[in-house]
Amino acid sequence: MTDSQTPSGELRSIPALLARNVARFGHRPAYREKEYGIWQSWTWSEAAEEIRALALGLLGLGLKPGDHVAIIGRNRPAHYWGMVAAQMCGAVPVPLYQDAVAEEMAYVLGHCRARFVICGDQEQVDKVLEVARSVEGIDQILYTDKRGMRKYDHGRMNPLADIQAEGRAAKQRLQDELDARIAALDYDGTCVMLYTSGTTGKPKGVVLSNRNIIETARNSADFDRLDRREEIVAYLPMAWVGDFIFSMGQAMWCGFTVNCPEGAHTMMTDLREIGPTYFFAPPRVFEGQLTSVMIRMEDAGRLKRAMFHRFMNVARRVGPALLDGRPVGWGDRIAYALGNLLVYGPLKNTLGYSRIRVGYTAGEAIGPEIFDFYRSLGINLKQLYGQTEASVFITQQPDGQVRSDTVGVPSPGVELRIADSGEVFYRSPGTFVEYFANPESTASTKDAQGWVATGDAGFFEEGSGHLRIIDRAKDVGKMADGSMFAPKYVENKLKFYPAILEAVVIGNGRDFCTAMLNIDLTAVGNWAERNNIAYASYQELAGNPQVYATLREHVEAVNRSVADDPMLSGCQIHRFLILHKELDPDDGEMTRTRKVRRAVISEKFHDLVDALYDGSAQVRTETEVTYEDGRKGSIKAVLRIEDVPVFGQAGARKVAAE
Amino acid sequence: MNSMTDEYVTEDGRRIGGTVMDLRNITLRFGGVVAIKDISFDIRQGEIRAIIGPNGAGKSSMLNVISGFYNPQEGEVWFKGHRRGPMRPYQVARLGIARTFQNIALFDGMSVLDNIMTGRLNRMKAGFLSQALWWGRAEREEIENREAVEKIIDFLEIQNIRKTPVGRLPYGLKKRVELARALAAEPQLLLLDEPMAGMNVEEKEDMSRFILDVNDEFGTTICLIEHDMGVVMDLSDRVVVMDYGRKIGDGTPDEVRNNQDVIDAYLGVAHD
Repeated sequence: MTDSQTPSGELRSIPALLARNVARFGHRPAYREKEYGIWQSWTWSEAAEEIRALALGLLGLGLKPGDHVAIIGRNRPAHYWGMVAAQMCGAVPVPLYQDAVAEEMAYVLGHCRARFVICGDQEQVDKVLEVARSVEGIDQILYTDKRGMRKYDHGRMNPLADIQAEGRAAKQRLQDELDARIAALDYDGTCVMLYTSGTTGKPKGVVLSNRNIIETARNSADFDRLDRREEIVAYLPMAWVGDFIFSMGQAMWCGFTVNCPEGAHTMMTDLREIGPTYFFAPPRVFEGQLTSVMIRMEDAGRLKRAMFHRFMNVARRVGPALLDGRPVGWGDRIAYALGNLLVYGPLKNTLGYSRIRVGYTAGEAIGPEIFDFYRSLGINLKQLYGQTEASVFITQQPDGQVRSDTVGVPSPGVELRIADSGEVFYRSPGTFVEYFANPESTASTKDAQGWVATGDAGFFEEGSGHLRIIDRAKDVGKMADGSMFAPKYVENKLKFYPAILEAVVIGNGRDFCTAMLNIDLTAVGNWAERNNIAYASYQELAGNPQVYATLREHVEAVNRSVADDPMLSGCQIHRFLILHKELDPDDGEMTRTRKVRRAVISEKFHDLVDALYDGSAQVRTETEVTYEDGRKGSIKAVLRIEDVPVFGQAGARKVAAE
Repeated sequence: MNSMTDEYVTEDGRRIGGTVMDLRNITLRFGGVVAIKDISFDIRQGEIRAIIGPNGAGKSSMLNVISGFYNPQEGEVWFKGHRRGPMRPYQVARLGIARTFQNIALFDGMSVLDNIMTGRLNRMKAGFLSQALWWGRAEREEIENREAVEKIIDFLEIQNIRKTPVGRLPYGLKKRVELARALAAEPQLLLLDEPMAGMNVEEKEDMSRFILDVNDEFGTTICLIEHDMGVVMDLSDRVVVMDYGRKIGDGTPDEVRNNQDVIDAYLGVAHD
């Protein structure tokens, strides 16, 4: 490396951090990927050589400063290298969601005018070629996996490895130019552009500068005392800001190892083999794992089951306290140590969580039982609150102050204030530069002083100073009688039941609330198997009367708990139905990060909404669905609608009205 | 009859070479039952050749003649320019012919990986002592062969079941493992006996994709028997149609589709 002399005071770009890592600990592993059944690994020196060869190759292909380079593929070292190589050339990497269908991709590629596109495999290349028919400006397509690509027209298409080889060959000719481009990288220059999924409207390109990424990485790494010895597993979408911060920003800043699984299906095995020390997952992953643990315990022998439940009771009682360093009696300490030997240790090992020092969950609220389960095992699972525009971090929970109902204190360097409307505003070194080619949205989100509206309503808890988020500010509405309507609050309570995967609560401006639910096929399917209930599809299981009865009990229990909150007791669910299809990002009902799009749903299922409010006992409906390859089809169904008792004042009012 | 004799390139850019397997006037009898009656056809380098026909037409018998498992009473089997006499199965395997079975024939108790490794047995030459001690040649061979097997696992996208015992897998995946084992032998001619039988639509799509990919990536010549007409017509370059042990059609899918004898055989029209 010719630029390995960069002094540490000038770490103003990712390539500069890379050079520092090579100089300081070039022999340590930087990337690992499981391929052909073996963990292949690259040290920082080796990775830097690969990245540089790729950068030279891109230069040779004519990549210019300021160009956008789209990256579409699963988490692989080559794709991370592609991003750094693009930065070296002065270009801007734009990672995209690989499960996006062609039309979504067309919008983003057209919006950022990507000249180069790096694709993971044939599937992505096909989509880009389809998009290229309507979107101008796509100049070069590069791909990682050569399989099935032999017959394509390679006029403007190259395997990544070939480009690297060409880069190596052209080293003499191009290296001065490359070094000049790397030297020209500016602290306030763009580091990456990430498209936010957006629960409303078209995606927006969030421009994050080197300053945003590097300062956020430094602050957050200091907060949790991360160092070069950490191991992380990179498995969340590369297009998501979190993956960029963890697998790129923090990994480069701290110099820790990024491990890429063999594929999505082997994720759990690979996780177990690596045993990460620093781990991030959305609540969904933790829920899924807990469900599978519980299902497998049901299948275990009587002795094992008894042991599991006995020691889990101990863990639930004293585990979190031990983790937080609060005083615990000697008897309990001994019982917990024994449990650790017999149950918690082996369980954590099976899950791949034996070595976790810091774990985070974010994106959605996590159920208190789920959260406590992991914490009671001694896993330091914490919550953070953030968004793309903040380079992730807004608030996070310090060790020892972890609770399931708050999102923690402001991250280092972040200022927070709550507006009179209840909306949370922040200002931080990570605050984004702008929305790409969208000054109106930039201006309406970020004010002149740099304060950004999160769009979430929240408040600081008295005493602890922790932030609590109520709901999306624009989703908080009023019922017809003027009482507060906060759908997410109720939905989260519903979703904490393993049987309920998704919930959409309706009621803004109405007399009462109703809900549309999705069942969790894993949990409910397992239950059906145990009870000898045959089913052929999601739709059939969702319509089963016993499933309805179970969900009715859950909704009733939620109503009971919502009734306790005087402010929100109006949000009890009066009627509900189970949807005949799973809400799916491919159908536009959810964002790629799996947040429900209320507007889309209430329009698409308007017949169901009408039926929920006109008192009918069932409704016939037909819905268009999009398959993974983009083809369309439709499902027809007759859905039952059930009434649920409500409690407290709401119940009294209902009786009075009748 | 197909009249093409020279090498050519298909529309999708695959190179089809000269004749690999030539079957001349094959007749196969079991006692008084004539399973195959005077059939001739050839299989060319790099093509996907299908044998179709109603139940009991003699398709599987034909495949067994090709694989050398049955020795026909009359006729000649020519493989790569040599006339082939009666052979033992291992001799056939060494010639570069591998197959899958209609009824899955895997080792249920063994892992997917080990099952596929058995496809490499022909390539392991280490002696008993070396194998027992796993030292020297045996170790070297194991590593080489494991690498080859891992590439096939990657190719067929079965990484997630690498260590799973085959007995625990669903049917569609077992079929894929069987294909993997056949591929592990790096065959020049791959025989597939009803690769899609009993599969659902999604599994059939996957399997079709893999068959095409195998043919495309490795240039493997493939001869397959299949009931699903849609699959056959989409996959194959040329099709042989059998009925009651006789050949009633031979040609490209389009030619076969419009052949009156074939239509009659499939629709059950009375022969007069």
